[in-house]
Amino acid sequence: MNRVVITGRGVYSCLGKNVAEATECLKAGRSGIIFDPIRKEMGFRSALVGNVEIPDLKKEVGRKDRKAMPEEAMYAFVSTKEALANAGMSQDFIDENEVGILFGNDSTAGAVIEGVDLLRAKKDTTLIGSGNIFQSMNSTVTMNLSTIFRLKGVNFTISAACASGSHSIGMGYLLIKMGLQKQVVCGGAQEINPYAFGSFDGIGTFSTQEDEPSKASKPFDKNRDGLVPSGGGATVILESLESAQARGANILAEVVGYGFSSNGEHISNPNKDGQVRALNMALEMGGVKPSEVDYINAHATSTPVGDGFEAQAIHHVFGDNGPLVSSTKSMTGHECWMAGASELVYCLAMMENGFVAPNINFKEADEHSEKLNIPNKSVEKELNTIVSNSFGFGGTNSTLIIRKFAP
Amino acid sequence: MDKAQIIETVNEFLMEEFESDAADIVAEENMHEALDLDSLDYVDLVVLIDENFGFKTTSEDFQSITTFDDFYDFIASKIA
Repeated sequence: MNRVVITGRGVYSCLGKNVAEATECLKAGRSGIIFDPIRKEMGFRSALVGNVEIPDLKKEVGRKDRKAMPEEAMYAFVSTKEALANAGMSQDFIDENEVGILFGNDSTAGAVIEGVDLLRAKKDTTLIGSGNIFQSMNSTVTMNLSTIFRLKGVNFTISAACASGSHSIGMGYLLIKMGLQKQVVCGGAQEINPYAFGSFDGIGTFSTQEDEPSKASKPFDKNRDGLVPSGGGATVILESLESAQARGANILAEVVGYGFSSNGEHISNPNKDGQVRALNMALEMGGVKPSEVDYINAHATSTPVGDGFEAQAIHHVFGDNGPLVSSTKSMTGHECWMAGASELVYCLAMMENGFVAPNINFKEADEHSEKLNIPNKSVEKELNTIVSNSFGFGGTNSTLIIRKFAP
Repeated sequence: MDKAQIIETVNEFLMEEFESDAADIVAEENMHEALDLDSLDYVDLVVLIDENFGFKTTSEDFQSITTFDDFYDFIASKIA
């Protein structure tokens, strides 16, 4: 079995257009949430959303490629470009090796609706234009990035609701571990246009505390009232230790465990048992004792039901006096399909810079979160072992464990 | 709309939407080669013709067009 390491990371989110900007926000506990009046006009219960600007790629990506890219592919392009540069992985290297790509994505609502609106208006399928088909397929991110970066290894999209990004990294880890791939570009992407979130808003999942956007997302807090949607792109470059060492790459961390499970119960409500099984599977795979974990980046989205089950699951596995736990969603909102990937990038930033990002807006614990060690201010701490949780609708659970690399 | 106006409109959308350089758009040159057109680009030309000249055409119509001038004449014949 191969050891699997991370040699590059990139992010484009409401916390910043690159890892350096996002790290600054994470350290300072700065929120990226805003009020979007357009959503209110459209009939949203909550107009809160992450502030993510669509990048202008005109100078970087040719017209033929660009017309096939919806916003989520653009975000993922920016984060992947940063990650490849960070990994020192040149286009020449990519051209000479079978570098793969696995990305988490679970919707293309903006592109689908744009295409359908055109069809209804024009009553002629040709007048939808040539780009829409590629924009509106769920695999749009992997199909676009594999084309632009000329990737020749594994190439598909993983759809697993809000655990999509995490599972994509987990699957990349397994493929490399088993020797089926040497390098895989892994990540997650999330569209942020209103169409992507209308029905999600409609089931009452979002926080309606619109008066102070930066205070709306409050995972684990007793008075949490829902999540805040956000999006963007996040990428990590996974490769076998052998490949990284042969390239002379800078190793950021080692992936040591990936646990997955399904609750087999309710479509939207999580449960404790499934999360516990994912956590234990990851710990067992990595040979990691709960006491060795320095920090848990929780999935906690700020919904009343979800955070409660995760707090119980973490306490069940790690017991009293467990590691520091925070949800960076308190600052980012819920980055949904990309969350598992972006949060691993945030964990890498914390590991690299020796701090735990705060769970901002955590003021009062409830009966479950009071059993966890949740900082609401940034904590300076050397982090050797980090657990990252991601859970999604349909009861899909994913836990990743990374460790500071030690030869 | 006279031919000069057609040329101006076509060249404008080719520069804007196809990001062509003005220098590449020469009336007697092969349009397919100059713009490096593929099958998907013809679909987008159909859309641009509909938006700019208000008539429907098909990708197959471009088989009879070679030069930019042929393209201008094709449009002129349709809106005459």
